[in-house]
Amino acid sequence: MYPSRFEYDAPKTLEEAIAILDRSGGEAKVLAGGQSLVPMLKLRFASPERIVDINGIPGLDSFRVDADGTLRIGALVRHEDMENSALLEKSFPTLAGAASLVADPIVRVRGTFVGSVCHADPQGDWAATMVALGGRIVAQGPNGRREIEMSKFVLGPFVTALAFNEIAVEAVIPGAKGTARGGYLKLERRVGDFATASVAVSLDMTGATVNRAGCALAGVGGRTIDANEAISLLNGKELTEANIAAAAEAVAEAADPRTDHRGSADYKRHIVKTFVTRILTGIARTDQKAA
Amino acid sequence: MTMTSLYEEVTQVPDGVPTRRVTITVNGQKRTVDVEPRLLLAHLIRQGLKLTGTHTGCDTTNCGACTVLFDGRPIKSCTMLAVQADGHKVETVEGMGTASELHPIQEGFKEEHGLQCGFCTPGMMLAAKALLEKNPNPTEDEVRWALSGNLCRCTGYQNIVKAVLWAADKMRDQQA
Repeated sequence: MYPSRFEYDAPKTLEEAIAILDRSGGEAKVLAGGQSLVPMLKLRFASPERIVDINGIPGLDSFRVDADGTLRIGALVRHEDMENSALLEKSFPTLAGAASLVADPIVRVRGTFVGSVCHADPQGDWAATMVALGGRIVAQGPNGRREIEMSKFVLGPFVTALAFNEIAVEAVIPGAKGTARGGYLKLERRVGDFATASVAVSLDMTGATVNRAGCALAGVGGRTIDANEAISLLNGKELTEANIAAAAEAVAEAADPRTDHRGSADYKRHIVKTFVTRILTGIARTDQKAA
Repeated sequence: MTMTSLYEEVTQVPDGVPTRRVTITVNGQKRTVDVEPRLLLAHLIRQGLKLTGTHTGCDTTNCGACTVLFDGRPIKSCTMLAVQADGHKVETVEGMGTASELHPIQEGFKEEHGLQCGFCTPGMMLAAKALLEKNPNPTEDEVRWALSGNLCRCTGYQNIVKAVLWAADKMRDQQA
């Protein structure tokens, strides 16, 4: 298989890349890691007239934490860069938990965090973490930058709020005000398959009390399931067995799974409940030990 | 420096279709070629450079048979455009060793019977090479994780894992 014919540009600055997109009037696609776009080109699901390769643009390939704890992930940060990061492990455990579960180890060398979010696949792992953590995407266009809340960024499967002449240059994720806790669990039949179900949980805690809980699901609906409201019953509470059970039940209710070859709807809902319980119980136990 | 015109062989480019001149260091040798932007790196390597040790299996970023090292890190060459490799280093299985002087990983696959049909083997060995460069003393579990992007339909993986652990031992001995 090979893609249909396209023009190729490899600009050296963001301004140049945006100018090319602007001139192309919606017929160009941005290429970062290419681990979703290149397969789509080959299958001819996408046949853009022009590819704008941003891999040669400096300054996009690292992530950093601002003084106020906000995490900023550049458009060329690869999945692999986020694995085994002590910084993420401590301050963004939800992301650390997901990093080694995205696709497979070879795809992780090349694929990017921001690209995955922009691909807007309902099965996306990073999209789920972004929803659970209240992330935003920074879009840069001819008129400068704007920030788009994750809830307003993904408009539907494979559709985002990015304008044709904008590039998602950065993902922004607020840090916890207290202690950051969280996790990510995914059930897949084999590495690289779509998830049967995955669960992202993030907690902002003070001592044993949850200040704010966030949650999102992948694989159990036609979109990333925003379960933030469902898990908010933990806000202001401690992670007791009863509270964990109630939260797991509420999140499982928010799932919208369909029966398919990966399992029945009931089974998938059960997995969601189990994963939420497992993540929260794990956090409660570690905190008890530490106390 | 060799100059090859590839686009005719690969995609039958009509007159007027633009190509790009790219220079890629393949197995330590600089190769300059004219390619259509849509040409995939795997096709350049196989049809253009005639290095057929790199295999294309699924063509959909699943199987890892087309794995090569790109600036030392493993990538699926069916999922990168050849133009993107301009100015970069690519290592294929042909760069690992020769029939008379096998790379320790190749030796491991031979010793531990780490292949049957051999189709996935080049990708397996390059993924293993990338692992052992980062982690010279991996556990069995770490080997399995590192190879989880490469599919084998013959062996059931047991002997592939043994082959990589064998190679790790040998390479550590050589270092010592």
